[in-house]
Amino acid sequence: MTDEADLVIQVEGLSKRYGDVRAVDNVGFTVRRGEVFGFLGPNGAGKTTTINVLTGLARADAGTIRIGGVDCTGNPKKGQHLIGVVPDENNLYPELTGFENLCFCGALYGMRRPEREARARELLMTFGLVEAARRRFGGYSTGMKRKLTIAAGLIHHPPLLFLDEPTTGLDVASARQARQLIADLHRAGTTIFLTTHYIEEAERLCDRIAFIVSGRVVRLERVTDLVQPHQARRVLLVSVSDAKAGLGEELTLAFPAYRAAPAGPGQIRVESEEPICIGPLVRFLEERGVEVLEARQVRPSLEDVFVEITGIAIDAMRKEKEKRGAREGAG
Amino acid sequence: MKQWIAFWSILVKDARCYYLKPPNISWALIFPLAWTGMFFIKSGTGLDSVMTLLPGVVSLSILFGTTSLLAVAVTFEKRGRSFERLLLAPIPLEVLMLAKTSGAILFGIANAFVPLAIAACFADLSHVAWAATVPAVVLIAVASAFLALFIAVSVSEVFEAQTFSNFFRFPMIFLCGLFFPLAKLPVFLRPLSYLLPVTYGADILHEAIHTAGTMPLALDFGMLCGFCVVLFALSLRNIRRRWIL
Repeated sequence: MTDEADLVIQVEGLSKRYGDVRAVDNVGFTVRRGEVFGFLGPNGAGKTTTINVLTGLARADAGTIRIGGVDCTGNPKKGQHLIGVVPDENNLYPELTGFENLCFCGALYGMRRPEREARARELLMTFGLVEAARRRFGGYSTGMKRKLTIAAGLIHHPPLLFLDEPTTGLDVASARQARQLIADLHRAGTTIFLTTHYIEEAERLCDRIAFIVSGRVVRLERVTDLVQPHQARRVLLVSVSDAKAGLGEELTLAFPAYRAAPAGPGQIRVESEEPICIGPLVRFLEERGVEVLEARQVRPSLEDVFVEITGIAIDAMRKEKEKRGAREGAG
Repeated sequence: MKQWIAFWSILVKDARCYYLKPPNISWALIFPLAWTGMFFIKSGTGLDSVMTLLPGVVSLSILFGTTSLLAVAVTFEKRGRSFERLLLAPIPLEVLMLAKTSGAILFGIANAFVPLAIAACFADLSHVAWAATVPAVVLIAVASAFLALFIAVSVSEVFEAQTFSNFFRFPMIFLCGLFFPLAKLPVFLRPLSYLLPVTYGADILHEAIHTAGTMPLALDFGMLCGFCVVLFALSLRNIRRRWIL
């Protein structure tokens, strides 16, 4: 049983419509102090709308919201001093330098000059942006913009941080750095509300995850509890020279204990509750003129849970999101 | 105190990002000069007409100075989503929008003193009633800034802000009694003049600069204040309805 004082976010019956579209439909959940709470779902599921309503950028049609124990339902301003927001787009001021942007964001939260300048320097150091501190934000690379946007969300030491797609558009090294930072913030006691298209990121960082589909929370559990039922399952990824149409069905017919399906270009995914014997599979494929390039066993992950719940392939969703990020970076 | 820190920072940031940019400063200088020159030549009455033209030029300088930048700046920030940073800040919307308009108000007031300074070189301004002129300049700047805010909140794109601004501004040149007395306007247009805030501001300036006002000063000031309140309230209402969806 969680003590009410330990709940940083309490949402009940939250609904939001845009015209005929029900963006968020009777959503309810709680976020505990100090946890990383993942909010996952396909594009357009209602993740950003939920964040907007919780942070005060949108008005709820129904439901109640408490942030840090404060009832913010009718007046989101009451809870805004407790939250930091990193939006899914880099929205700092292109005319200002990195340092000036951070100082300005600090001033918006009432921080005095010496305090906000010291904090800005500290964040620039943390994010490796010291050398770019005096350069205009408009001239930053996409990765640098993202890092500074995350830093801006942290300027006033918020106990609750909303991270909307924090690593989208970052290169591998920067994304790893950002994840490390999220883990560090978590260790330092910051409560984090995270949305991401990188399921492995959510699996690694989150304590609990809520899945939202078509505006409704369809599942909310601890990550370990979500993944555990899938752990007993064996999954084999077979890379082949020519994944002909219907090959998956042929395999499933020949090996009734297995379920085989295409898993991307030149790949077949074979699943079973029993151990998978690779030899007969490879022979079967080679007899049909299909060369097997690689066969490797993979650990079932949160991605499997996501696909099972939403029925949506993550790759397609992620690519669409990355395209959007790239367009923004170019613009 | 925290709200004042935010207020001041927004004002300083806007001044640096928009109002103190060299092209905008040159606009503030060239625009009144061009208008003064144009009407001066058109009047053909020599230096005697300086005092007659001054109220109109001052009003126009304020109107164009405030509306040009504010409407575009707010729309630009809304499009780039940096305006969300302001909406997420724990400061009341009223304080936020006052901070956002303060830069434009100060810029408009500064614009007003350009034609006044130029006029001082050619005419005797010792008879000007500054006690009425200065508050009138401030109130015209406030009303124009709130009009710009109203425009910015009513549109989505930067080009719409410019077009919509012109929809209000250019008719005002002719309808507000800046250079032509309202009595010379066609009768069917006159009611429209009284629906525009600059009409009252220009009337105060006509009275204060060359004692040619047509309405009581108390009415002019009252109407200007009324326009300020109504335009600001309408803008806030629209922000809440259109931007905090």
